[in-house]
Amino acid sequence: MKVLVAVKRVVDYNVKVRAKGDGSDVDLNNVKMAINPFCEIAVEEAVRLKEAGVATEVIAVSVGEKACQEQIRTALALGADRGIQVETEGSVEPLVVAKLLKGVVEKEQPQLVILGKQSIDGDNNQTGQMLGALTNMAQGTFASEVKIDGETVNVTREVDGGLQTVQLKLPAIVTTDLRLNEPRYASLPNIMKAKKKQLDVYSPADLGVEVKSHLSQLKVEPPAERQAGIKVEDVDQLVDKLKNEAKVI
Amino acid sequence: MAASILSERDIEFMLYELFDAENMTLRERYSDHSRETMNAALTTARAVAEKYFVPIRQKVDTHQPTFDGEKVHMVPEIKAAVDAVIDSGLAAGAADYELGGMQLPSIVADTVTVYLTAAGSSTMGYTTLTNANANLIEAHGTAEQIERWVEPLRSGRFAGTMAMTEPGAGSSLADLTTSARKAEDGSYRITGNKIFISGGDHDLNENIVHLVLARIKGAPAGVKGISLFIVPKFLVNSDGSMGERNEVSLAGLFHKMGGRGHTSTALNFGENEGAIGYLVGEENEGLRYMFHMMNEARIMVGHSAAALALTGYQYSLAYARERPQGRLPSAKGAGSSPVNIIQHPDVRRMLLAQKAYSEGAFALCLLGSQLMDDTRTGESEELRLRADTLLDFLTPVIKSWPSEYGPRANSLAIQVMGGHGYINEHPVEMFYRDNRLNPIHEGTYGIQSLDLLARKVPMNGMAGYRVFVSEVEKTLEEASFQPELKDYAVELELAVASLTDTTNQLLHAMEHEPIDLVLSNSVKYLEFFGNVVVAWIWLRQGIVAARALADDPHEADRDFYRGKLQALRYFFRFELPETEAWAKLLVNLDSTSFDMQESWF
Repeated sequence: MKVLVAVKRVVDYNVKVRAKGDGSDVDLNNVKMAINPFCEIAVEEAVRLKEAGVATEVIAVSVGEKACQEQIRTALALGADRGIQVETEGSVEPLVVAKLLKGVVEKEQPQLVILGKQSIDGDNNQTGQMLGALTNMAQGTFASEVKIDGETVNVTREVDGGLQTVQLKLPAIVTTDLRLNEPRYASLPNIMKAKKKQLDVYSPADLGVEVKSHLSQLKVEPPAERQAGIKVEDVDQLVDKLKNEAKVI
Repeated sequence: MAASILSERDIEFMLYELFDAENMTLRERYSDHSRETMNAALTTARAVAEKYFVPIRQKVDTHQPTFDGEKVHMVPEIKAAVDAVIDSGLAAGAADYELGGMQLPSIVADTVTVYLTAAGSSTMGYTTLTNANANLIEAHGTAEQIERWVEPLRSGRFAGTMAMTEPGAGSSLADLTTSARKAEDGSYRITGNKIFISGGDHDLNENIVHLVLARIKGAPAGVKGISLFIVPKFLVNSDGSMGERNEVSLAGLFHKMGGRGHTSTALNFGENEGAIGYLVGEENEGLRYMFHMMNEARIMVGHSAAALALTGYQYSLAYARERPQGRLPSAKGAGSSPVNIIQHPDVRRMLLAQKAYSEGAFALCLLGSQLMDDTRTGESEELRLRADTLLDFLTPVIKSWPSEYGPRANSLAIQVMGGHGYINEHPVEMFYRDNRLNPIHEGTYGIQSLDLLARKVPMNGMAGYRVFVSEVEKTLEEASFQPELKDYAVELELAVASLTDTTNQLLHAMEHEPIDLVLSNSVKYLEFFGNVVVAWIWLRQGIVAARALADDPHEADRDFYRGKLQALRYFFRFELPETEAWAKLLVNLDSTSFDMQESWF
């Protein structure tokens, strides 16, 4: 069974992000980048399936500028067998990523596609679902457990009321939640071995996709600074403030 | 409170801005590397440090290993951590690919070790000591010895120690009495007692390989009659399988102030027939081989002292940013809100001192790592020779400056946190205790000062000293192009002139005055020298920061570089001027300590 796993290059979760001076975007200049934590969980799950003898090949794919090869190499160091970069410029929105991934799915014909449920930069939580719709594959999102059983996969999902288990026919799409697994770290020898693994680069045109933007970003601004609180004198003052200042009651 | 183990930004600064580690990839040995692979190794180090080291450090400190008369018992988490370091390849970052290593440049491999040491110095001790042991056998052993011992040491099956100290011979190795007798099969039988042997017994590995200094029957007295032997805990059969237990027995464990997870043992060799040992290299050359390892070990002591200073600084800094206490003198009335303690200028002084000590020490040690690499992989014979000369010369300073100022930094971390720093709810008191070993082992502070003044400085017509001064001159030249660094450059130039003048006067006095008197203030010379070296290292950091600031970096980087310049300023205002007083003591051959009589105490 072939498993395709998507990885995204994002700002490292330890970094405190800043808006650019002109408010046009987040300032990524000289900022430490890393593999999206949810994608790391996706890679771990794919590698575990391979170690368990369920998967035969794990392919890591990323959509982005050349720099995202670094995150593909990270996935290769963690145990993916080969990588694919779909080269794009600037930021691409979830629908475009989903279309490009669909192109890769058609080329590679994986039985399982694992993605992070969302990326910590855009926080959109859309790509996996869109890919499901575009490819007509079954989807199990927010997975906390994945069990392959012959031609089907049982995905336990984290939903508001608790856990829900769905059975999907393969090929299928799974998006990962935080509790699915604890990702490993790359051993030093594997970091070097990853450099020698195959990494193919495609353009959107190779996949028959036209990159179009349907969204425009108007403004990025830092959240308002939290003001210091005060101690109210009595209940009346509290009610008054809630009514007239905070306007919440 | 979430304190980082180390500052990621500072590591980036040190590796890629100050020392240009990426440039190392031009050398053939490192040609597969890039900033990406180096960072990946550091990411793994951080992951292992956070997962296996930090969570256990307090338990390791409070549950010392015990000895029941047969075996050593220690908390099982130590083995899990040691195994994680080996399994992830972090134990052998610099080793050849063929030996399971990553062939990292020394400067990166040592930073990896610093990460783990900062997170758990006593647990990491097992790995660093084993590496040093393997390096020695690799450098001086026979092909057969390398195959039999080095491979299992590198792969983590065996552990290694260095067994030098005896009850009657500590700093003075000339007095050691452990003896070796040649057996018919060419091996030796070792008899004697050793103490303070770190990692001397435990069950973390299948076997322990002791490197033992002993005297072969009939050998010359003093240091000229010392040989080096491989003495394993278990004998190893010719097919590599484990054989019988050798005559090495644990007499007891020492209970230490710090570094408590790392066993310190008293070992008896050869209680009956003699422990079987194998000679390394030539007879009577043991001390020379041991010093090969010792010089590397001294650089690692510096790194370890710097690591603990850095992490104590990060911890107390995070605390000071969040802990509200007291009001500024300018605040009116008791009703005003308390400020976070970092708002108090004296707390900032203590944080600034820690920054100046710890980052100065770290940069100095990384210079040592870089020089060590240059001696092996430098592009030209000239570069290799120059690096070798400078490294050999600076080794006493790289060992001792961080060892002296690292614990001072840790003491300030405790002070910043007040009573909360003094209790074991927080790790800073442990950092201090762990760090306090560093001015003692691998040659005490006093021994280092004698090595510097009486040996290293006069050696080869002051060759090392001259290379050092020419390196400083290069930095002074570069600093002269930065308007805000000009004054510092002048101050350093004056300090170097004073150092040279003092040095010449002392060397002259060593020929004409009683040598015991001249050397009686050698520690002050070491401190004088050390502060000049660190002032130079800070000026180098300042040049990088000033240049980066001229490029209008973003806000967080601007703050970072401003911080570097402020620590530079602290060092030049608060620390460097002390050298003037020391210079005076030295050139006057001040005899206060020398004249003091035992009966006057």
